[in-house]
Amino acid sequence: MPGEPMNEDPNPLPVSAIEVHDLTVAYRTQPVLWDIDLKLPEGQLIAIVGPNGAGKSTLLKAILGLVKPVTGWVRVFDAPYAQRRSWVGYVPQRESVDWDFPTNALDVVTMGLYGRLGWLRRPGRRERETALSCLEQVGIRDLAGRQISQLSGGQQQRVFLARALAQQARLYLMDEPFAGVDATTERAILTLLNELKREGRTVVAVHHDLQTVAEYFDHVVLLNMRLVAAGPVREVFTPENLHKTYGGRLTVLTQATESLLRSRAADPAKHQYRGGKR
Amino acid sequence: MDLSFTARNVLIGASLLGLTGGVLGCFAVLRRQSLLGDALAHAALPGICVGYLLTHSKEPAPLFAGALVAGLIGSMTIQLIIRNSRIKQDTAIGMVLSVFFGVGIVLLTYIQKLPLGNQSGLDHFLFGQAATLLPRDIRIMGVMAVVVVLVTTLLFKELKLLCFDRDFADATGQPTRWLEFLLTTLLVVVVVVGLQTVGVVLIVATLITPAAAARQWTERLGVMLVLAALIGGGSGAVGALLSASVPNLPTGPVIVLCASAVLIVSLLVAPRRGLVWAFLEERRVTRRIRRENLLKDLYTWGERNNGRWTDPVPATFIMGLRGQSGTQLTQTAGRLRSRGLLTPVADGMLLTDRGLSAAEGVVRKHRLWELYLTRRLELPSDHVHRDAETMEHALTEEDVAALEKVLGHPQADPHGRPIPPRRAA
Repeated sequence: MPGEPMNEDPNPLPVSAIEVHDLTVAYRTQPVLWDIDLKLPEGQLIAIVGPNGAGKSTLLKAILGLVKPVTGWVRVFDAPYAQRRSWVGYVPQRESVDWDFPTNALDVVTMGLYGRLGWLRRPGRRERETALSCLEQVGIRDLAGRQISQLSGGQQQRVFLARALAQQARLYLMDEPFAGVDATTERAILTLLNELKREGRTVVAVHHDLQTVAEYFDHVVLLNMRLVAAGPVREVFTPENLHKTYGGRLTVLTQATESLLRSRAADPAKHQYRGGKR
Repeated sequence: MDLSFTARNVLIGASLLGLTGGVLGCFAVLRRQSLLGDALAHAALPGICVGYLLTHSKEPAPLFAGALVAGLIGSMTIQLIIRNSRIKQDTAIGMVLSVFFGVGIVLLTYIQKLPLGNQSGLDHFLFGQAATLLPRDIRIMGVMAVVVVLVTTLLFKELKLLCFDRDFADATGQPTRWLEFLLTTLLVVVVVVGLQTVGVVLIVATLITPAAAARQWTERLGVMLVLAALIGGGSGAVGALLSASVPNLPTGPVIVLCASAVLIVSLLVAPRRGLVWAFLEERRVTRRIRRENLLKDLYTWGERNNGRWTDPVPATFIMGLRGQSGTQLTQTAGRLRSRGLLTPVADGMLLTDRGLSAAEGVVRKHRLWELYLTRRLELPSDHVHRDAETMEHALTEEDVAALEKVLGHPQADPHGRPIPPRRAA
């Protein structure tokens, strides 16, 4: 059941929840992430912060294998993502789906259990109970039967969080979980994140509100196409680093990356990272 | 009804095609790929022509094969254009559709001029010629329908997740590319099989019309699939029967018109999503607001009349108070009367006991909201009336209870007027 602490053996050696090495991602010739090296510790609330177009969502998607990097690799709990899928929960941006889809809140949450269910098996009473308890955890159990377009923005965000809870993951990747939600929902999400942390789980969230970073998170990743800084909030979340993240345009880097990608465009396959090989 | 052999073939074939198209159309519509089927159908035409040119026969096997290959090439071309250029999906579909169809028409014209003698009838693929359906074709349609229903049933949850949230499906390890390929292939097969019956130009309607109509009636994907299958199959059957019983009615277009009729009705009257429903709902709200406003106006008159609500309110006071016509006012008063909230008297009207209690409810909401705005949001008291005019019609009893609690069960509004207390029920 979600909410129970995990009873797995503690790792003998401290392993990073996520390790990113030399990661470069581009959409066509537009560079989005440039040479990212990153290790994120387990059991912490981690914010990814940076201006619009800094590549925050892309970093999450690269970790999840949803976009192919030009170079570099990602490991999740010391293994390729494909082997760690069942350890990872994902909360996409709310705007990424059509909320007029013919389904209700409970059904969306149940989608978090499909990975476990496997082929051909239909969700049954047990899955229903699990999904309901996940809705309960985010405080909207009474909305289980409601069509998803009839939910407010904050309620839709809670449905997505409940779906991730249903994944019963060790690591949660969340794309702007606080975006466009009301104050009550914001408090509820924050309480939930702290519960997850207490249970030893790791949360990595794209966050856009600089005012609350220090209050909500333990660890921060400052990103603006390149990695500006990453570490405990107290050490890294400094005015100087913020200026580096938000001030100053990276014109030379952008220009050079574009030239590089144009020269590689002839044979992109040669430079693409494939599978879990290193 | 006594049907000829051909008519029975057409009836079964059109129903099976409609059912299959309805189911697959749901996925196309939900994935915003409604026009993909249209492109595939148009792309299949040159394939049919090439199939004929290679074999010089109108046997279905080479023609189907040609259409199938051309349709798949068409869909792959669309994918290639989207992936490797900045051209968006709608433009790519339009390009492929017109280029392939152009080639098809050129080949068709060329074939008509060939001295072969057996080429007449190929142009039936443009608008369909259901009467040419043979038992063999019906068997193919039957197999196709079974496959589509089976795949949809077995992979229901996988396909649902793919359509709703592809990234999440991908991240949780679903074989999204394979599922998409499966859906596209099934779509191509249905389009190609349906060409003979409905034709290149109209086949897309058998895909998206039943799906769009079904969506109006339900908020569940499973129900939508079943409804679309029924609407598609039903339109196919009715269309086939109509064209069999009325001379000179083309089967394909009549099937499409039947489905369109269902769609139009669905767009109009479906609960919640239908236009008529929306109109009735709006009228219901407007009438309630008028009733509540009249109740409130009668109440405030009595309040100014030193709290003597037993005196009749003169019609001249109510008239012109809110700039509404005399007819509207008479109608509103009539509706309050039929609810037992108001009694008409000579040259005026009088609130009944129940009417007074209902009016107090509206006034309570209005004044509580005014107080809430001035106290909690610190708005000046002369700025809150307009907002309260709206909120008095929207607040629920739970909202009122919450407001009373937050404000500490207040006695008076910001203007010093009393907030009517709740009466014991």
